[in-house]
Amino acid sequence: MSQTATVNERAAPAHERPSYLFDGVTLKSWLLTTDHKRIAVLYMISITIFFFIGGSAAALIRYNLIVPEGMIPSAETYNRLFTMHGVIMVWFFLVPSIPVTIGNFVLPLMIGARDLAFPKINLLSWYLFILGGAVALYALFVGGADTGWTFYAPYSTNYAQGNVVLLVTGIFISGFSSIATGLNFIVSIHRLRAPGMTWYRMPIFLWSLYSTSVIYVLATPVLAITLLLVAFERVFHVGVFDPRIGGDPILFQHMFWFYSHPAVYIMILPGLGVVSEVIPVFARKELFGYKFIAWSSVAIAVIGFFVWGHHMFVSGQSLYASIVFSLLSYFVAVPSAIKVFNWLGTLHKGYIRFDAPMLYALGFIGLFVMGGLTGLFLAALAADVDLHDTYFVIAHFHYIMVGGMVSAYFAALHFWWPKMSGRMYPEMIARAAALLMFVGFNLTFFPQFILGYLGMPRRYHSYPPEFQVLNVLSSAGASILAAAYLMPLVYLVWSLLYGERAPANPWNAKGLEWETPSPPFTANFAITPVVTDGRYNYPKPETSEAHG
Amino acid sequence: MAEEIAPHLHFQYADTGHQEETAIAGMWLFLATEVLFFGGLLLGWMVSRHWQQAGFDAGGRETVLWIGTTNLVVLITSSFVYSAGLGFIEADQPRRLVQCCAVTIGLGTIFLALKLYEWHIDLSEHLFPAGPFKLHGSEADGARLFWSFYFVATGLHALHLTVGLGVLCWVIREARKGAYSAAWHTPVEVVGLYWSFVDIVWIVLYPMIYLVGRGT
Amino acid sequence: MLGLPEASANAAQADLLIGGLVAVSAAALALVFGLMLYYVIRYRHDSPVDRGKIAERTFGFEMAWTTGTLLIFFGLFIWGAVIYVQLYRPPSDTLKVYIVAKQWMWKVEHAGGQREIDTLHVPVNKPIELVMTSQDVIHDFFVPAFRLKRDVLPGQYETLWFRPDEIGTYHLFCSQLCGAGHAAMIGSVVVMSDPAYASWLAQNGASGTLAQQGQELFIRYGCSGCHGGHGTVRAPSLIGLYGSPVPLSDGSTVVADDRYIRDSILQPEQQIVASYAPMMPSFKGVIGEDDLLRLVAYIESLGAEKQP
Repeated sequence: MSQTATVNERAAPAHERPSYLFDGVTLKSWLLTTDHKRIAVLYMISITIFFFIGGSAAALIRYNLIVPEGMIPSAETYNRLFTMHGVIMVWFFLVPSIPVTIGNFVLPLMIGARDLAFPKINLLSWYLFILGGAVALYALFVGGADTGWTFYAPYSTNYAQGNVVLLVTGIFISGFSSIATGLNFIVSIHRLRAPGMTWYRMPIFLWSLYSTSVIYVLATPVLAITLLLVAFERVFHVGVFDPRIGGDPILFQHMFWFYSHPAVYIMILPGLGVVSEVIPVFARKELFGYKFIAWSSVAIAVIGFFVWGHHMFVSGQSLYASIVFSLLSYFVAVPSAIKVFNWLGTLHKGYIRFDAPMLYALGFIGLFVMGGLTGLFLAALAADVDLHDTYFVIAHFHYIMVGGMVSAYFAALHFWWPKMSGRMYPEMIARAAALLMFVGFNLTFFPQFILGYLGMPRRYHSYPPEFQVLNVLSSAGASILAAAYLMPLVYLVWSLLYGERAPANPWNAKGLEWETPSPPFTANFAITPVVTDGRYNYPKPETSEAHG
Repeated sequence: MAEEIAPHLHFQYADTGHQEETAIAGMWLFLATEVLFFGGLLLGWMVSRHWQQAGFDAGGRETVLWIGTTNLVVLITSSFVYSAGLGFIEADQPRRLVQCCAVTIGLGTIFLALKLYEWHIDLSEHLFPAGPFKLHGSEADGARLFWSFYFVATGLHALHLTVGLGVLCWVIREARKGAYSAAWHTPVEVVGLYWSFVDIVWIVLYPMIYLVGRGT
Repeated sequence: MLGLPEASANAAQADLLIGGLVAVSAAALALVFGLMLYYVIRYRHDSPVDRGKIAERTFGFEMAWTTGTLLIFFGLFIWGAVIYVQLYRPPSDTLKVYIVAKQWMWKVEHAGGQREIDTLHVPVNKPIELVMTSQDVIHDFFVPAFRLKRDVLPGQYETLWFRPDEIGTYHLFCSQLCGAGHAAMIGSVVVMSDPAYASWLAQNGASGTLAQQGQELFIRYGCSGCHGGHGTVRAPSLIGLYGSPVPLSDGSTVVADDRYIRDSILQPEQQIVASYAPMMPSFKGVIGEDDLLRLVAYIESLGAEKQP
């Protein structure tokens, strides 16, 4: 690989420079940093806090549902709890998740750049996230709202008690954070790739991040205007969604879902990208069908903008609109299927290891496929008429978001942990946590498919007694899942202090980020790298290097 | 050495041209998000009008046409003046740039002043959609909806314009410090894109607010 | 399936579809899990199996599984759509029942004037059409045994039709979050044999059918002043209106259904009948949902055949 010197070469050689973690040790150096790696760490701490807040709400929800009449006396309180759970998990955990933590950290490294295109805007995006989160948490602290995370009008605009305006303001502010991140990623990928790194030589993860960023940038503004109109209507007691003055509550649903459906692709695309990165490394084999996987991410992002009406099959929307949305919803499922087949093709004839990142990635495939298949149920018009707004939907999206996305997040966390922290996590405990998570997850959410088919509606504080057994099973699973989530929190923090020091490339993986030290120094690369070959050419198994 | 030649060059860029193109690309992408933002509002507006056309148009006829039209002329002129300023700095005349920016700010301020006056008229005529309302009868509901969209749209536009005024002040400050030259004036271009966008939003809002109701 | 009764024709069809989806999913899962398990065991890193040649060209595989997936998905789409379309095509001889939802109860009004709260009595094997509206927020009328639901919207009518074919009592749930009482907005649908239903109707009789009550309201609200008899120069006749096409002043034509009649009472200026002046006053805020549906029932009772 030939090297090229740039104008910005610093004096000190690579091995004498401090890592980004210790390049400045004051609080101010962290809070005013423009280093994408430090910003990633700031985000990681923030979203972990939000994850556990949202998770506590979930624990209370499952606690309530142990008995048919509801363990929590007040239905109003219960409604506020699931609203809090949804809002925090969607906007303050899932939507940012992998992109702002892993993405911020590895994107410049992967393209051979020293930072993102707009480092100060990156820092601003974190502050906006914190501000939005603070406003939302405050709103929840002073009583929250009971509208559900979907804020349907006219309930949210004219009838709900509670702090709706404050809550939507927090979400509105966090939207700017998303837009800033997406903008930064798109421009960086277009403009800062190292010489020789063509689009098809980029790590596959970046195709996912790019597609996610397009959605961040184009969908979030529509959420912003929708929430603004809700706030306006609520504050002034007049507005566009109020049927009493001829406004249209279904207009709200169209505007809301126009964002919120692509938003779910924001949540899953990065996870799909992580799995595409991890599987080849631990199968010691080139990714099967790179171009198809790359373009499938783009296809999901594009088609995903045209399916929002599948949330509205029973809303009173026109028959013809519903038919079109159903057809397109089946189309959007095809690229995901393509990815799964390509991953299986990668495993075929590989040399498979079972390190924790791989366990999480394999678990992802199983749980994502289950979630995706149940999406087919909901895309089928006549089946959705039965299953809409029941626990079947809840199970479906938790299989994808929690079973899929959170597994992918843990896969990414463990995979890049050595790079980010300079330490190895304890492997055997990590594998145990991965397995426990898989078991606890299925026990929590599989019974909910059955509950939904049997007719239990969602957002119910109490329910008919015949649904109790399945609810108890689900709640039992939730306690196992909670334990499984606490384990990484404990051992990852432990590893920061006592973990074995990590080499530059502990997994013997390909990619520019693995050619930097673990952890990298602030400027990432001493000299701008030049890329001369494709990313995934692990030695062919016939050669002697095969068993790595 | 490199730092003296290009004090604005950030360390992740190969050269200033690279950085400049990137900044402009970033601004275009940001404007795309703004298009979706205002676009969402306008689409909702058009859908709502479809169901309540008579009332909407009755509400539209109550708008103050002379202020809206004056503001249209003022804002288009301001964009033109700013572009002239950009031309001046490309010809290495920062003083002229400052003058053009000052005129742009002046015109923008006139827009805001007229807008505030217009809102004052609207409010005193009971055209705010909440509370006692000027129109009654069958058209009242549609008219209230029109005026809801009116206040949201013009409020958001005025907010964007005010931010633009602040940014223009910053450009003047930097220009007077000698930061810009023919060789490097990227922020001036980037701000110009934003200001033009604010102008274009008004060009789209103008017929929707002032002309549609009066067309029938 | 799983103990949930299939109490309507639609339920049986929906169960078949869901069963088909389960079968397809099971097959897909078996394929994915099976291959995954097989590969991770056979091709684990210390397995001595000869990996042989790795396929260089992948395009054929990609085309094959993409096409296969598309075909299966398209089949599922058609299946789901075909059943769904039926839900929008009620037969002509439906028994109409009006539902008014409010926080947090279901008010049910039968054509004969019988009223009930949170319960809906219907005869077996007859097509039933529900005309539903809400007095406040969006609710949703959900009967799992029929595999049916529809959002109930404030400010307009939504219709839902079904044909119960099994006698029994079934859960009715609200399935659109509507406030603190959402989970308590539960009721039942009671499907009865014809004689049982007839006797229920007789025992719960009211003072007049909905149409008769509507006639009184028609006079009381002053509608008959312009619309009475065969109509006047000021207002079109309502005899034979229901179900007929109505030419409008903008050249288009609409069919006079429940929704049209309700909208004409509340927002008469939106759709003016051709050759009439827009002088009908609006009754928004004057006539509530309960009275509105009685007026609609009355106008429906004036016949569907246009008299010369």
